[in-house]
Amino acid sequence: MSETRSGGLVGWIDDRFPLTKMWNEHVGEYYAPKNFNFWYYFGSLALLTLVIQVVTGIFLTMNYIPSGDRAFESVEYIMRDVNWGWLIRYIHTTGASAFFVVVYLHMFRALMYGSYQKPRELLWIFGCLIFVALMAEAFMGYMLPWGQMSYWGGQVIISLFGAIPVIGPDLALWIRGDYVISEVTLNRFFALHVVAVPLVIIFLVVAHILALHEVGSNNPDGIDIKKNKDANGLPKDGIRFHPYYTVKDLIGVGVYFILFSVVVFYIPDFWGLFIEHPNFEEANPQVTPDHIAPVWYFAAYYAILRAVPDTFGGVLMMGLAVMILFVLPWLDRGKVRSVRYRGLSFKIALGLFAAGFILLTYLGTQPATDWNVILSRLGSVLYFGYFIFLFVYTAFGLERTKPVPERVTS
Amino acid sequence: MNQEGADNSRRRFLTAATTVVGGVGAAFLAVPFISYWRPSARAQAAGAPVEVDVSRLEEGQLINVKWRGNPVWLFRRTEENLEDLERIEDRLRDPDSSDPQQPDYARNRHRSIKPEVMVMVGICTHLGCSPLFRPDTTPQGFGGEWVGGFFCPCHGSYFDLAGRVYQGVPANLNLEVPPYYFIDDDTVLVGEDEEGAA
Repeated sequence: MSETRSGGLVGWIDDRFPLTKMWNEHVGEYYAPKNFNFWYYFGSLALLTLVIQVVTGIFLTMNYIPSGDRAFESVEYIMRDVNWGWLIRYIHTTGASAFFVVVYLHMFRALMYGSYQKPRELLWIFGCLIFVALMAEAFMGYMLPWGQMSYWGGQVIISLFGAIPVIGPDLALWIRGDYVISEVTLNRFFALHVVAVPLVIIFLVVAHILALHEVGSNNPDGIDIKKNKDANGLPKDGIRFHPYYTVKDLIGVGVYFILFSVVVFYIPDFWGLFIEHPNFEEANPQVTPDHIAPVWYFAAYYAILRAVPDTFGGVLMMGLAVMILFVLPWLDRGKVRSVRYRGLSFKIALGLFAAGFILLTYLGTQPATDWNVILSRLGSVLYFGYFIFLFVYTAFGLERTKPVPERVTS
Repeated sequence: MNQEGADNSRRRFLTAATTVVGGVGAAFLAVPFISYWRPSARAQAAGAPVEVDVSRLEEGQLINVKWRGNPVWLFRRTEENLEDLERIEDRLRDPDSSDPQQPDYARNRHRSIKPEVMVMVGICTHLGCSPLFRPDTTPQGFGGEWVGGFFCPCHGSYFDLAGRVYQGVPANLNLEVPPYYFIDDDTVLVGEDEEGAA
């Protein structure tokens, strides 16, 4: 790190606040492996999406009214009468789905390259916590327009808590603050959606990035670049984050914005996947829509829930499906991080896991027919099977790995 | 910190005492914040019992009233309906109402005080959707003879005309019977029985 103090304004600030020091530590002199590929766009894109959601969210709050008889109307008011209101809202709704696209790909990257393995366990756990907070944020956000799917989706999700033995009914009542989902529930979800959960997410993102910069980034070869340093103590296979990766990430941002804009301007509801059609109808507690489907990003977990014939059992499996991610660093006892050098069975298992997840996502959006339930069970087996397989495969030394190179490959 | 001549046990005691007192204070302070989320006085008042006139309820007719924001169904069963209730029992999960989904006075085959008048909370016991009333048309996916009942479109649960759940569906409890009683022959009070309000 450079010790020279610059003069002028920056020097004046540096004497009072670690501005240059922080910049160098996290951007200017943060050395990242030089072999980042396509999969490494999604971290910075997730951060960008968070910023988009916060900014558009603040603007929506200026005209949204969280009351039972005016919430739906105020969203329509934003869509029709507020200047550019439709654009701000569609960016926010598209951003919610885009967030999950980016985060799921980001998580899959970690699975492929073993980015959760030692010493990145805590980094991974912070990431899992962000995922859970994001699901809560998205769920509560989906309630706010107070459409039919907002209402009935909320009804289903809050009932999940009611299925817990003994304390369930009281817990559900406590969450709703009323005997049914009502304006009371809407108001508290609004408070949580715009203040509490975003604060938690921002705090966790900071912790996630600090943990990353403490241990250093993994890479597609899963090699520790800190082991190979030059005379100056800098990793031979590392390059400065700025300008090298800031520029690379800008390319990703460009492509992302193009895709994002296509959705916002041409297919904002994404054929009923991003905004479900019943949600263009105001909430009516007396009429259940014919088919209640979760938004696509919850569908995989919802399919797991439906695969179990018992309510509480289903809730348990659904919760377990998320919780099992947290212990992944201790389930995988493998010594090799990257899929490139892992055993063939690992590659097949990871492929099946991804296929199972996509299958579950599709099934969760469809009505619960006999075939759907049977296939959901198959998908659930693939989902949980991956974790069980990974533990057995690595803990009992069944994995035949390829030799890992000394230096990263280009 | 200057450790010289320090009375460490005294320091430990003071630290522990401060922590305990502070912790107790924090626990008490948490009470209003947690209780803040419980139903307010207004929400409780809105959940008051509802009076329903059943004198003009025809055989085979279902009316829907709102109690605590939930749909409550009142349905007058026909003789045939009552006979069917017995006939289909081997296909039900809990035909004898052994799960506590009803007050004791409704723990019988028809799950009601008067056999012909059904009073039921119209919320699926799986995940809270409101099932559809299907007196004659067989709902989608149902195999075998359908003798009338309720079908939940969300996850495909079936219930008979006493709100008893069929086997092999996501819901595993019968529909809930609210506390109620007959003020007189024609009037039902939903949400309260002789023992008091729910």
